[in-house]
Amino acid sequence: MVYDPFKHASSDRTLSAPPSAFDYMKDKVFRSFAYCCALAIILLVTYIVFELGSQALPAIKTYGLGFVTGTTWDANQREFGVLPEIWGTLYSSLIALAIGGVLGVGIAIFLTQSFVHAKLELVFRTIIELLAAIPSVVYGLWGIYVLIPLLRPVAQWFYETLGWFPFFGTELSGPGLAPASLVLAIMILPTVAAISADAFQRIPYKVKEAAYGMGATKWEVILKVMLPTASSGILAGLVLGFGRALGETMALAMLIGNVNNISLSLFAPANTLASLLASTFPEAGEIEVQALMYAALVLLAITFIVNIAGLAVQQYAMRKFEGKK
Amino acid sequence: MTSLSDTGEFIAKKYEPKGPVVLDCQINNIYYGNFRAVRDSHVPIEKNKVTGFIGPSGCGKSTVLRSMNRMNDLIESFRFDGSIQYHSNDIYGKKVDPVVVRRYIGMVFQLPNPFSMSIYDNVAFGLRLNGFKGDEEEMVVQALKRAAIWDDVKDKLKNSGLSLSGGQQQRLCIARAIATEPDVLLMDEPCSALDPIATRQVEELMVELKEHYSVALVTHNMQQATRVADVTAFLGVDISQGGRTGYLVEMDDTQKIFEDPQQLLTQQYVRGEFS
Ligand SMILES: Nc1ncnc2c1ncn2[C@@H]1O[C@H](COP(=O)(O)OP(=O)(O)OP(=O)(O)O)[C@@H](O)[C@H]1O
Ligand SMILES: [Mg+2]
Repeated sequence: MVYDPFKHASSDRTLSAPPSAFDYMKDKVFRSFAYCCALAIILLVTYIVFELGSQALPAIKTYGLGFVTGTTWDANQREFGVLPEIWGTLYSSLIALAIGGVLGVGIAIFLTQSFVHAKLELVFRTIIELLAAIPSVVYGLWGIYVLIPLLRPVAQWFYETLGWFPFFGTELSGPGLAPASLVLAIMILPTVAAISADAFQRIPYKVKEAAYGMGATKWEVILKVMLPTASSGILAGLVLGFGRALGETMALAMLIGNVNNISLSLFAPANTLASLLASTFPEAGEIEVQALMYAALVLLAITFIVNIAGLAVQQYAMRKFEGKK
Repeated sequence: MTSLSDTGEFIAKKYEPKGPVVLDCQINNIYYGNFRAVRDSHVPIEKNKVTGFIGPSGCGKSTVLRSMNRMNDLIESFRFDGSIQYHSNDIYGKKVDPVVVRRYIGMVFQLPNPFSMSIYDNVAFGLRLNGFKGDEEEMVVQALKRAAIWDDVKDKLKNSGLSLSGGQQQRLCIARAIATEPDVLLMDEPCSALDPIATRQVEELMVELKEHYSVALVTHNMQQATRVADVTAFLGVDISQGGRTGYLVEMDDTQKIFEDPQQLLTQQYVRGEFS
């Protein structure tokens, strides 16, 4: 029986009634279901980390932290180090984030700030969301057959005229950081655009009204009011996009060149952790597999750190702009 | 003396302003899509006066007020038929950019709408927009004081404007609107979320503002209208035509409207006998 000492004491005409026992039960069932889901995810992640860790344990014992600072990957010499891959992962993802982030936020603004008719907005939005549905192998093939040939003359020009500048210090011989990062940028663009567009759409109409009411032009409204208001949502999109770029495997394995190389040059071939895993795993022996598991663990750690940092920035933005604790 | 339009609709007697007029609003029709929200209303806003707008909910007070700085241009279905002369230029003229209009004719909205930024930045927003070169901080502090919010926020100017209570947010919005000293200030029920003390302070602000500027004020509070408005316009709702179209019933000196109204509708409304 539901405890309700108020019913008999209040006016007998009142229609107020406590929730029924069944209502409470539904509440409880739903809550336990939500807890179970959350718990399942935590268990799954813990299990994956544990499994990776136990398989990587021999490699961790053998190589220790030297694994992270080592620069050679040689199965025959049993020498394993992933510093070039860490560098390549972060470098390619950062370039992709810069390009895809700017484009994605720009597209989100274009889609939500009444630049085009509402129906056209929907068409554009659907097209951009379709980008997310293209398999990464297709991106890889497109990169090899379309993007690299297109980039080659551009890269050549940069190398010849601005070769003294470290970013353009080498020639583009084929696969390399530039095509890989560009494809990555396109791949994360739908994520950034969709989440940012939602953030813009969530802004109440009265805020836009207030901004226009102050006599701001459209660009002033967007840059000075809408962007800070949507910033926590946009940051969420950027973090998600960055995470996707860090973990992207197939397209990168096809485009980045898979060379253990630390270079600032955008045209040099490089390697990433995920791409190393994909291209080395099929032919790896037992020892090398252990090293690869260690590399996967490193990638997981990087992703984890990036997410935590993103969350911190997001919370800072919420505190600063929205006054939320 | 009142007259009827060609379709037999009531048209209010023309109000003859006694002083110079800053915004001469001749409204023929205001539409939202096919819905005619307001019709046939001539409401001149006089210089250095507070002009009050009263009338039942939904009669179009906000619509009229928001037409005066082209706020309603944001609404796609909105259509304005008539003219609003501001310093002998029609603000609805072809060459006039609504952005420019809104720089001179400021607005306080019915619902508080501070920006997602610090309290200080909220108030400084208009100053920066208008390229103000003087002492920004001094202007911000002064605006906050005049809007009767300074004591509430002086220790937390860096906090977000959204962290304030509803009534504090509304006063922050008033500070934001007056910081740039707009020539005309449109206020849509600015005190509906305020306690009596803050209401009094905002009323004093309005009286102080009219020394240099002109104010148009929408209010549901009859006492407020009698306290601060020099001239009052009463809008009614016409339900005879099927829709709910608002129109000017009577406009005159506030004292006249409240003590000796010429229209029966006005009389009933100000005495609270509205059916
Ligand atoms: N954006 C809009 N689109 C369509 N119709 C609208 C819009 N805004 C207002 N209206 C209609 O116009 C009429 C007048 O509305 P308005 O907001 O001007 O009333 P009001 O006199 O300010 O009322 P209140 O005292 O409740 O604020 C109402 O019938 C309303 O439904
Ligand atoms: Mg209103």
